[in-house]
Amino acid sequence: MKRIGRGGYAVLIIAGVYFITPLVLTVAFSLWEGRGHYGVSAYKTLLARPNLARDLFTSVRLAIATCAALIVLLVPAMVFMNLYAPRLRPLFEFIAALPFVVPAIALVAGLSALFTGPEWLVGTPYYLVIPYFFLALPYAYRAIDVGIRAIDLNTLTEAGLSLGAGMGQIIRLVVLPSLRSALIGSTLLTLAVVMGEFTFANVLLFHTFAVLINEVGQNAPTEAAALSTLSFVITWLAMLGVLLAGKRGVGSLVAVK
Amino acid sequence: MATVEVSGVQMSYAGRVVLAELDLLMAEGELVCLLGPSGCGKTTLLRIIAGFVRPDKGRVLIGGTDVTALPPSARRMGMVFQAYSLFPNMTALDNVRFGPRVAGRPKDEQVSRAKELLDLVGLGQHMNKYPHQLSGGQQQRVALARALAVRPQVLLLDEPLSALDAKVRVQLRDEIRRIQRETRVTTVLVTHDQEEALSIADRVAVMNGGKLLQIASPAEIYRNPADGFVARFIGAAAVFPGIAREGVVRVGAIDMPAHAAHAHAAGAGVELFLRPEHVRVAMLNGHIPPGSVVAEVRDMTFLGSLTRVRMTLADDTDGPGLWADLPSEEAEGFKPGSRVLASWAAAAPRVMPREG
Repeated sequence: MKRIGRGGYAVLIIAGVYFITPLVLTVAFSLWEGRGHYGVSAYKTLLARPNLARDLFTSVRLAIATCAALIVLLVPAMVFMNLYAPRLRPLFEFIAALPFVVPAIALVAGLSALFTGPEWLVGTPYYLVIPYFFLALPYAYRAIDVGIRAIDLNTLTEAGLSLGAGMGQIIRLVVLPSLRSALIGSTLLTLAVVMGEFTFANVLLFHTFAVLINEVGQNAPTEAAALSTLSFVITWLAMLGVLLAGKRGVGSLVAVK
Repeated sequence: MATVEVSGVQMSYAGRVVLAELDLLMAEGELVCLLGPSGCGKTTLLRIIAGFVRPDKGRVLIGGTDVTALPPSARRMGMVFQAYSLFPNMTALDNVRFGPRVAGRPKDEQVSRAKELLDLVGLGQHMNKYPHQLSGGQQQRVALARALAVRPQVLLLDEPLSALDAKVRVQLRDEIRRIQRETRVTTVLVTHDQEEALSIADRVAVMNGGKLLQIASPAEIYRNPADGFVARFIGAAAVFPGIAREGVVRVGAIDMPAHAAHAHAAGAGVELFLRPEHVRVAMLNGHIPPGSVVAEVRDMTFLGSLTRVRMTLADDTDGPGLWADLPSEEAEGFKPGSRVLASWAAAAPRVMPREG
């Protein structure tokens, strides 16, 4: 394996300082109780808030629903595009890049005008899954695209068909497991995007975790810092969970001695 | 196992004819090699038999049943691909039992069938390994076992050896032949490697330009090629354009003995094909016996026990080459630039109408 040189260590250290310093300072600020005193009072107050668990749970549910929507809709679409309509690739690339160039506020305005029903969806936080889907689309698309390019999708599909499998079985038994790393990457990115999304939820008047952080930050800055720290921990734990679940999934379907 | 009948199959891509009214009939348990240069349509024909490509015209019958409209998954054909096609998320065992698994066979039966086939291809010890833990040759063996696991009516092999190094290629080639003989499954093998085709096939089907030019046993194809393309494509042959005369072909000012010239009208434009193993070479000693021609040695290629001597007809150094495969010890007596006598039995050359 190639060893990291001095330059490489320097870059790693600079990057580490760049990323860790704000976190350390946020944690330090969340522990500050004024006049040189430090303690966990901000965390105690925060955990006593009745809406913390509710808003956090809402964001987690939305993240899971967005991940599910991306896997259910995007993976088959990309598989079929690669197999049967590779000429549509530029169109897919264009659509996947659109959320980068359209401002979030414009997306909200368009979405509100376009999706006015049904009531069971529009009136619930799950309405946010629609904009979140588009918001996470560029990241999820790129991660899945890299995964699909890494496998010989055509040959694997034809091998499956020649063995008597249908397309559904091939996607379920061969394609999705072969894309495990890509799907984990896509899920992690979606999770991070949804947990931290503020604009859509705030404009559409839904209470999510990011909206709560903003509200708390208006009048209790140390609590807001505690909440940010908490959100980091929760997001990282969720990512770790996804990674471990992905690793546990690797293994023979049947082990024979 | 089943018969395979391809009847009047025609296929075009973007206005270019890839297969032209092609007919092919294979007997039960037969191994036929589709052989031809790149772009001749052999892989398209295989993919039509597999069901991955729908022909513009014509029919494919397996065991007498028309399967032209059936999807690949309903044709019960095992296929081994040129690219490594094992499912990367599955062990060798899981790969092999995939077919029985999707067919809903009981799990015990899936596993025992997969183990039996992995033993057949000599990989029983590697059944719990993933594709990335296997060599290229091992992966293709597993792919072969996987294709056989569905008890296919027909086994389709799409250049399965082309990605392997020379030694493994020969080993696996022999193994494919052994397994095919044991299982007696009707097999179609696509290859552009004539040595592979001649060594493994019951019959070789030579294709070019979307047409089936000749289908016959390897020996028949080699000894009696149907036309100039087959003669050029199979084995090495010196080709001399000339004029047919009584028992000779006149090339420039030289009469080259060839009984086959009798089959052509005197004065007709023909091509004479001469295999290197038929040519004898002797030192020039001033006397030119009848049936011999004077030639000049150009270069020599050492092939192990044989050495291929390339010559040109004397006074025609820019003309077509003439080869002779000589025992290496005998060939050492000749040097590039030396003048020699080349001769052959008059029955040896093939004479065919000149193309174009």
